[in-house]
Amino acid sequence: MATVDVSFTPLPAHVRTARLVALAMARRIGVAEDTLDEVRLAVGEACSRAVGVHAVRAPGTPVTMRLSDDDGCFTVEVTDAGVLEDDLETEIGALDASRLSAVVGPEGPLDALPPGFGLVVIGGLVEQVDVRCDESGTHVTMTWPAPGPIDLTRD
Amino acid sequence: MDLTLSTKVEGDRTVVAVGGEIDVYTAPRLREHLIDLVSGGSYHLIIDMESVDFLDSTGLGVLVGGLKRVRSHDGSLHLVCTQDRILKIFRITGLTKVFPIHATVDEALAAAE
Repeated sequence: MATVDVSFTPLPAHVRTARLVALAMARRIGVAEDTLDEVRLAVGEACSRAVGVHAVRAPGTPVTMRLSDDDGCFTVEVTDAGVLEDDLETEIGALDASRLSAVVGPEGPLDALPPGFGLVVIGGLVEQVDVRCDESGTHVTMTWPAPGPIDLTRD
Repeated sequence: MDLTLSTKVEGDRTVVAVGGEIDVYTAPRLREHLIDLVSGGSYHLIIDMESVDFLDSTGLGVLVGGLKRVRSHDGSLHLVCTQDRILKIFRITGLTKVFPIHATVDEALAAAE
């Protein structure tokens, strides 16, 4: 198993860097071209969420992202210092009508979507996703098929 | 790619052309731009997203915020987007039911009348 570990200060500017690193590895190990946009968005959502969690709970602690290439799969695990209850009042899945009306209704904060909204997006994008919480924080793990590196020597 | 913003007025409609990435880093700029427009009396907005390369849920939050702001003045907010990778996040979250989404600015202008 090949791994790449990324640890970054929880600042919004670094989320883009994390996306680019994940995209580069996904491309290198052969994740399907038409899936790369999903990888980019899902990794961005997971890292944005983690940065938001750290801003409240652990501003000085880095967010970690582990990229793994194992058994024909590309796995990205983003770990933050939060507890799952921070944002899992929203289930991973499309919003129903009542939740939608709550999101766009006049009540509530103007610009903030409800906690867990990033997880909704991840759940809609990624077929294989796991969200769990332990003493080290919350782990968002996303997996995509990766048949192997592209053979650049082939005709 | 950084966020680019340009604005032009078409009658009583204001068209905001957005380009680049709308993410957790750049979304505050878009939010400030929309707040400035609404504060300046522009209550009917068309946001042209054809040159947007990336949109995440933070960007969606800013668009929802813009919608709430114009609605509080009986205004409207229409989107222009044909890119499937951008439309996908609207579909996943169900926000296609909330935003009128058009294929061209002209179509959005016509619909907004």
